Amino acid sequence: MSLLEIDNMRVTFTTADGDVNAVNGVSFGIDAGETLAVVGESGSGKSQTAFAAMGLLAKNGRATGEARFDGKDLLKMSLPEINKIRSKEIAMIFQDPMTSLNPYIRISEQMAEVLMLHKGMSKSDAIADSVKMLDAVKIPDARNRIRSFPHEFSGGMRQRIMIAMSLLCQPRLLIADEPTTALDVTVQAQIMQLLGEIRDEFGTAIILITHDLGVVAGFCDRTLVLYGGQIMEDGPTQTVFDNPSHPYTRGLLKAVPRLDRADAELLTIAGEPPDMSRLPQGCPFSPRCAQVQNTCASLRPELQGFGADRRRACLLPVEEVA
Amino acid sequence: MSTILSVRDLSVTFDVRRPGSWPWTPPNKLHAVSQMSFDLQAGQCLGVVGESGSGKSTLARAIVGTVPSAGGVIDFEGHDLAAMSPAQRRVHRRDVQMIFQDPLAALNPRMTVGEIIAEPLVTHEPGTSRTERKKRVQELMERVGLLPNLINRYPHEFSGGQCQRIGIARALIMKPKLLICDEPVSALDVSVQAQVVNLLMELQRDMGLSMIFIAHDLSVVKHISDQIIVMYLGRQMEMADAVTLTTRPEHPYSQALISSVPIPDPALEKARERPILEGELPSPLAPPSGCVFRTRCPKAQASCAGDLPVFKDLGQGHFVACPFHAAQDVLAVTA
Repeated sequence: MSLLEIDNMRVTFTTADGDVNAVNGVSFGIDAGETLAVVGESGSGKSQTAFAAMGLLAKNGRATGEARFDGKDLLKMSLPEINKIRSKEIAMIFQDPMTSLNPYIRISEQMAEVLMLHKGMSKSDAIADSVKMLDAVKIPDARNRIRSFPHEFSGGMRQRIMIAMSLLCQPRLLIADEPTTALDVTVQAQIMQLLGEIRDEFGTAIILITHDLGVVAGFCDRTLVLYGGQIMEDGPTQTVFDNPSHPYTRGLLKAVPRLDRADAELLTIAGEPPDMSRLPQGCPFSPRCAQVQNTCASLRPELQGFGADRRRACLLPVEEVA
Repeated sequence: MSTILSVRDLSVTFDVRRPGSWPWTPPNKLHAVSQMSFDLQAGQCLGVVGESGSGKSTLARAIVGTVPSAGGVIDFEGHDLAAMSPAQRRVHRRDVQMIFQDPLAALNPRMTVGEIIAEPLVTHEPGTSRTERKKRVQELMERVGLLPNLINRYPHEFSGGQCQRIGIARALIMKPKLLICDEPVSALDVSVQAQVVNLLMELQRDMGLSMIFIAHDLSVVKHISDQIIVMYLGRQMEMADAVTLTTRPEHPYSQALISSVPIPDPALEKARERPILEGELPSPLAPPSGCVFRTRCPKAQASCAGDLPVFKDLGQGHFVACPFHAAQDVLAVTA
C-alpha cells in the first residue's frame, strides 16, 4: 500500500469571476522512501494538490476526492485530527522561507513549539533537540544561533532552518514545494545534497514540487508532469526524460537550454500557460500542442497505463509523439 | 569588428550608515562593483553571471547611469559616460536601453501599452506626430509578437511573458545600439522563457544590437552570449568566450558555479562529479582581504589573503583572476 494515495482530487476556488478549477482529477500514490517529482508551470495545480492534501487551501477553495495517508482520508479529517498528522507524519517546506517563518519569534521558540506540541517534551529538552537538528543541517554555531530571529539568517540558511524544523518529528513524508527556487545555484546544490542525505538516512519519502527539470533529474525516482490541473505523464524519471510520451513533456525538455550542449535555437511551446477558469473541454494542452488533432479540443484523454510503470494522457499513440 | 563599449576599472560604491551611528560619523563604503574592465564588440552579447549580491545588477545600472560610478571609465563609442553630467549623458541615453527582471513591476500600471512603449519617443523625439508615434509603436508591437490591436490595454491584462515583450518593445523603440537585459527571463515560466530568449536573439541579429545579458541561470546565459564574465563580490573572476567558460573554466569559482548547475538528464546528473561550494557569500561591507573568494575556495593558500590576484590574460580573450588557475573539464562524467 502506498504511503500517500491521492485519488481523483479536484480543487476549486470560488472567486468573484466564477469558479477556478485548479486541480482536475489528479490521482497518484507515493511509497515509503520514494522520491516523487511533481513538475509543472505556474498554474498547473502542483502546489494546490499538496496544499489540499495538507488541509492548507485558502478559504475560498474546496477539495473533493480522497487523499489517503496510511489508509485514512486526510480530506475528511477534523482539524484536531489533521493537526496530529501535520508536521509529525507529513511535513512541508515552502518556497519562501522568510514568509513561512514567523518574523517576530526566535528560531528556538518556533522549533521547540513543534516538539512540545507533538511529543510533549519539556522546553529545555525541545530546544536541545532543535540544536541537534540545526547542527545536522549544517547551521554553524547552532547553540547560539538558535536564539536569533529569522531575518538574521540568509535565504539559504533560512531554508536549512525550515528543513530542520520539518524533520524534528521525523516525518515519513516530506513535501518540498519549490524549496530551491528562491536560492542561488550554489546554495541550491547544497540544499539538494542535504535533502538527499536526509532521504538516505531517515528513509523519508519526498514529494518535490518544482518547475526545474534539472533538479528533478538528479534527485527523483519518479516524475509526474502536471498541466492545467491534470496529469499529462507519469513514470520513472529516467524513462520520462529519455523517452517523453507526451508532447508537453517533450516540449518542456527541449525548451530549456542545456549547459552541456550547443543548441542553435531553443524549441518553444507556443502560447501562454492556460487560464484556469476557462480550460478547454478536451485536453488542457491542446491549444498549445504542436501535434494537436481534430478530436483533442473536445475529447479529454484518459490517463492510461502503458509500458513499464508509466501512465500518459494523450490521444496520440506513443510512437507518434515527436 | 569595432568595440562599442569599453569599461576600465569601473567601481561603484554605496554609502551605508551603521545603525545608531552619529550623523557626523562618515558612513561605511560598500563596494558593490570593484575595478571591472571589459570590452564589448558591436553586435555581440556579453553575459554576466554570479550569485545574488555579486554586483551584476549594479554593474548594469552603472552603465545605464542610474547609479553613479565611483571611479573608472565607461567608454561608449568614444565618449566617457562616467565623466559626463546627467544633461550631457542624456544625448547618449537613447542608445543604451535596459529591460528588467519583473516584467509587471517595470511597467506603469496606469499607462496603456501604447503609452508605455511610446514614452521614450515622447522624451527623446518630442517632435514626432501622434500618428507617426502610433505607427511606430504598432510596428514594434508586431515585431515583438504582440497583437497591435492591444495598444490600448493596460499591463495587468497581459501575462508575464507578454509584459516582458512590452518591456522589450519599450527598450527598442529608440533603436538603441546597446541593450542591457537584467535577468529578463528569470520570472517567466519555462515554456515562455524559451520564447523570450529566442525573440531577444532574433532581434539582436536583425537589428545589429549589442547586448549585455545578466542572469543567474548559466544555461540561459551560455545559450545567448558570445562572451561571459563571472563575478563574485563585485569583482570579475574570469572572462572567456561562452563555450570555453562553460566547458573548461580556469577559475575555482567558475568551476564550482558551473558544476552546481543541474542538467536535465538523469543519467548524466547521477554520474557527475560535483564539488559543492560550502558556505555563502561574505558580507560586501567586510570583504575578505586579497582574493575575495578565498574564504570559500577549495584551492586557497596562505598567500591568497595578501595581494589582490591579477586579472591575467591567457590569450584569446580568456582572463582569469587566480594565480592557481587550472583548466578543468567541469561537465566531465566520472566513470
